[in-house]
Amino acid sequence: MTKLTPVLSKNWNDADSFTIANYKKHGGYKALPKALSQTPDEVIALIKESGLRGRGGAGFPTGSKWGFIPQGDNKAHYLVVNADESEPGTCKDMPLLLANPHSLVEGIIIGSYAIRANHAFIYIRGEVVHVVRRLQQAIDDAYAAGLLGKNILNSGFDLEVTLHAGAGAYICGEETALLDSLEGFRGQPRLRPPFPAIAGLYAMPTVVNNVESIASVPAIIDNGNEWFQAMGTEKSKGFTLYSLSGHVSNPGQFEAPLGITLREILELSGGMRPGHQLKFWTPGGSSTPIFTAEHLDVPLDYEAVSAAGSMLGTKALQVFDETTCVVRAALRWSEFYKHESCGKCTPCREGTWWLVQMLEDLEAGRGTEADLDKLLDLCDNIAGRSFCALADGAVAPIISTLKYFRSEYILHQTNGGCPFDPIASTLFETAGA
Amino acid sequence: MTPEQAVVAVETVTAIIDGLEVTVPKGTLIIRAAEQLGVEIPRFCDHPLLAPAGACRQCLVDVEINGRAFPKPQASCTMPVENGMVVKTQLTSEVAAKAQAGIMEFLLINHPLDCPVCDKGGECPLQNQAMSAGRTETRFEGEKRTFEKPINISSQVLLDRERCVLCARCTRFSEEIAGDPFITLNERGALQQVGIYEDQPFESYYSGNTVQICPVGALTGASYRFRARPFDLVSINSACEHCASGCDLRTDMRRGKTLRRLAGDDPKVNQEWNCDKGRWAFKYLTSRERVSTPMIRGADGELHEASWPEAISAAAKGLVSKRTAVLVGGRATVEDAYGYSKFARVALGTNDIDFRARAHSEEESEFLAAVAIDLKTTYADIDTADQVVLLSFEPEEESPIVFLRIHRQVRRRGMSVSTDAPLASRGSKKLKAELITSLTQINGLTSNSVILVGERAAETQGALSAALELSESTGAKLAWIPRRAGERGALQAGAIGNLLPGGRPVSDSAARVDIQTAWGISNLPTVDGRSTSEILHGLGDGSLDAVVIGAVDPFDISADALNQLLNTFVVSLEISHSAITAIADVVLPVAAVVEKSGSFLDWQASARAFEKGVEDAQMRSDVRILSMLADELAAPINLPSVAATAREIESLGKWDGAKPTFAKRSASAALQGEMTLVSWRLLLDLGTLQMGEANLAGTAKHARAHISAGRAAQLGVTESDSVRITSELGSIELPVSIYAMADHLIWVPRNSENSQVIPSLGFTSGAVKVAKI
Repeated sequence: MTKLTPVLSKNWNDADSFTIANYKKHGGYKALPKALSQTPDEVIALIKESGLRGRGGAGFPTGSKWGFIPQGDNKAHYLVVNADESEPGTCKDMPLLLANPHSLVEGIIIGSYAIRANHAFIYIRGEVVHVVRRLQQAIDDAYAAGLLGKNILNSGFDLEVTLHAGAGAYICGEETALLDSLEGFRGQPRLRPPFPAIAGLYAMPTVVNNVESIASVPAIIDNGNEWFQAMGTEKSKGFTLYSLSGHVSNPGQFEAPLGITLREILELSGGMRPGHQLKFWTPGGSSTPIFTAEHLDVPLDYEAVSAAGSMLGTKALQVFDETTCVVRAALRWSEFYKHESCGKCTPCREGTWWLVQMLEDLEAGRGTEADLDKLLDLCDNIAGRSFCALADGAVAPIISTLKYFRSEYILHQTNGGCPFDPIASTLFETAGA
Repeated sequence: MTPEQAVVAVETVTAIIDGLEVTVPKGTLIIRAAEQLGVEIPRFCDHPLLAPAGACRQCLVDVEINGRAFPKPQASCTMPVENGMVVKTQLTSEVAAKAQAGIMEFLLINHPLDCPVCDKGGECPLQNQAMSAGRTETRFEGEKRTFEKPINISSQVLLDRERCVLCARCTRFSEEIAGDPFITLNERGALQQVGIYEDQPFESYYSGNTVQICPVGALTGASYRFRARPFDLVSINSACEHCASGCDLRTDMRRGKTLRRLAGDDPKVNQEWNCDKGRWAFKYLTSRERVSTPMIRGADGELHEASWPEAISAAAKGLVSKRTAVLVGGRATVEDAYGYSKFARVALGTNDIDFRARAHSEEESEFLAAVAIDLKTTYADIDTADQVVLLSFEPEEESPIVFLRIHRQVRRRGMSVSTDAPLASRGSKKLKAELITSLTQINGLTSNSVILVGERAAETQGALSAALELSESTGAKLAWIPRRAGERGALQAGAIGNLLPGGRPVSDSAARVDIQTAWGISNLPTVDGRSTSEILHGLGDGSLDAVVIGAVDPFDISADALNQLLNTFVVSLEISHSAITAIADVVLPVAAVVEKSGSFLDWQASARAFEKGVEDAQMRSDVRILSMLADELAAPINLPSVAATAREIESLGKWDGAKPTFAKRSASAALQGEMTLVSWRLLLDLGTLQMGEANLAGTAKHARAHISAGRAAQLGVTESDSVRITSELGSIELPVSIYAMADHLIWVPRNSENSQVIPSLGFTSGAVKVAKI
């Protein structure tokens, strides 16, 4: 039985967990002098060797990303932290920033030092005003404590940190759209190449990392790679935050080694809501293909989830029980993607527009089995044809729900409408519980 | 391939597309390499002159490199060809074909089926590619996106948003090529749309290009909307008559009436662009003001319609044994200018001829004859220049395609530009031009630099001399860029007092013998002729008796030019009624561009030929009429047609003998006075050829007087106030704009609504008094 391994979340139960004092009490800002006493290249090598992979969804090795930045090019380098957490189901970065913002600040200083950046930006989604305020306070406190600004800890290293609140577009979580938005333009993905490591923010070499990736760095520096690699699986090292939500007794953040299973997390957290059974779930947010009860024992690491036909993504475990209409769920998700499609490329813009209309008809019982094949054909014409990965995410729930629950789609047609009581699936509904 | 690519020694790469090997310059995109094989990959957002976008996804193809296949089809408009690449287009890959069919289907779900009423129907890339790559019947049973239609994004460009496929060609053109990002994409998802910022309309001088490159009928021009179907039009090749940039144009006519003009494709000149004036200012062709028959002024002082023989006879009677001069105007074709040139020498026996219907100087006459006639600078020199110097020249206002070429290099490689303009115009700002007040401030000129001098240099003594000196001392290439389309050709044709055709100096006896032999006459006048202003004075003071005038607006020359014609015999060859026809004794209607063939010389001195569009026109080219008149005067010039004239010009060739000398002048002392007015013409203004096109006029800049902040404070005015600008002759009143400029200068547009400098103030630049009103 895998145990939880609270690292980033270990102080979350303290009332003052967000302060420098509390962070320091739990060992915070100990990694910083250690990092600053090494050369930047040594820091990059250490993170490379640790096996830390990006926690934002794609799982790209963080150290390698840092290593792509050309050195000695006499250009400004930038570290940009992607805190535009907006995927349905994904809710790890916001609680982390609310409860333990200094883990990110310390990570930013170390990461910027490693890539020779003297200015770091945090792009945070604008709707979470309380988190924006909390993080800004942490940055201000770090400046006041001499941890940011000129000559940090007498190392000669200077760093400015700017917090920028987005205006509420999911696409701005895509790193190049994020950079456009940060530069003051409308957020739409950029053509690559050039990649951000060569020409990113203001056309300068830029690393874009997820909040959790950067926040994990201090603990790795402080405790060493051996400690970090003792957690996780062969190619997915370390600890991470799993965000459990939906029809469970006890939703929340569960920090555990990579490779834990949903069955274990459900056991640790208290299981499904009483009297109900698991029907389907997402391993990493709405853009990862759904799993069902047969996948309860899939180790939640990058390789195993992928081998089982989905993606680890952001480890957002959205759990749905038998009261949920899978067609309705797919429709809701599709409405999100239609609303968030930036409009730049045809398949995403027009495809999501069409998918929503088809799913509305299917959910209302207006449809034939041939429509299901048409739906899949449209998904085939969207997936892998679009400019960025948004549309790939948009079709994932449709393809995967059709794969596991085709009969339920057909049931809507034979039933002349949705056979489910939508009230029963709400969390405030206790009658059926 | 762009000219820049052509001149660089090219490194090539070789790939296989649809089983065929193709070798292309490194950096060539797959979609273009495929074109070279004759494989057309469907596309919407792709445009060879715009940066790749990859937005429409219509051009997806399968790609593998050295045996490793991309897992997904790739946009061929964004991916350069590499060695070892194997590309399979829709012709050889089912995946690519299905991907393209899928995208086409998506593009059509929200596109209205209104082709039968859409202006683009019949020449629409979406329609064409839907026919070749689309389904026969739609699978879409849902609700289409709709918008209110159409919306004006300027007075001349309309947008039907529901037709838009969001390829972003228009917005990319405006930003990348014109440097006028006045339109942008707003909103998101399927509701994404082209829009303007609040109440700031799409007032770019190049906005018409967006209509032309729109691959659907989303952007339409107000003047052509719902006027014709493409298959009813007859297209002719044209050259633009509006300026010396030399644009290749296509004129579309229906039943002899010009309905629209489009930019032609000439990679060496205008590439695929033109300006809005060239595109939309053609209503003068069909204006009610056109002169349709010859007219003779009767004893009652009124003009009366006459037959051609009557009119020619009346004109000849008035001119015979009179001391007559010729004013050609700046809009004549090379052939017509040659006709005037030969007519003056042979039929009138004089060198008193000048094409300059504008401020000019003796320094300029000499500069033109000795220097400008031989300049060989071209657009290609701008493309590769290390820096460009603009002297008395506002390219965006006075030669808009020259502006685009400079802008392209400024954007691509940060080419440096400097200008002697007194303030940073919108065009100068886009070129990031450095303002200089003295030529000594220009550093680092090399033989790879280009100096562009405008016609306004003639207004400042010593300016042309200084430009030449700068060129000679640094080796920088020099070019003289007049504003009007006909001036460079008229210079070549000898429509000026000191030159015979082909750049032959009047003062050179060998040159005269050349011409005498070719023309079969025994002598030619030997003294340099008078300039425009001298001719006008001569007419005023009685030392000249008569004048033959082509297309001249007297108020382009001076406030009193018209008065000096009042007591003389005036023969006017005009397309439209004007201030000259109002006082002329004989008016002879001439053909406008679409009614005749001919050619202009652009500023590079390269010939821009155009064909006749109206076969049955009564209108004759000026040269034909002059030939008839010369016959009547019993001094034939034997130029019965444009083609015969062109052959004669060709046979004469260019002068290769001794060049006249140019005596450089020193700069005159600065004008003394409280304030000095400076001015230039805006591209869209009250110019005669822009008459009758309200939609175009609606996008012209509003006239404002530009002064410095210091002067504004001293006058006690802000940008919400107006000033009265007074000279000895009169005054104009304009609202104020504050610019970074010298305190003693005030700039106003030269010929705009409420700001006609020459007739109101009597000069193009000079001392004025300025007061708040």
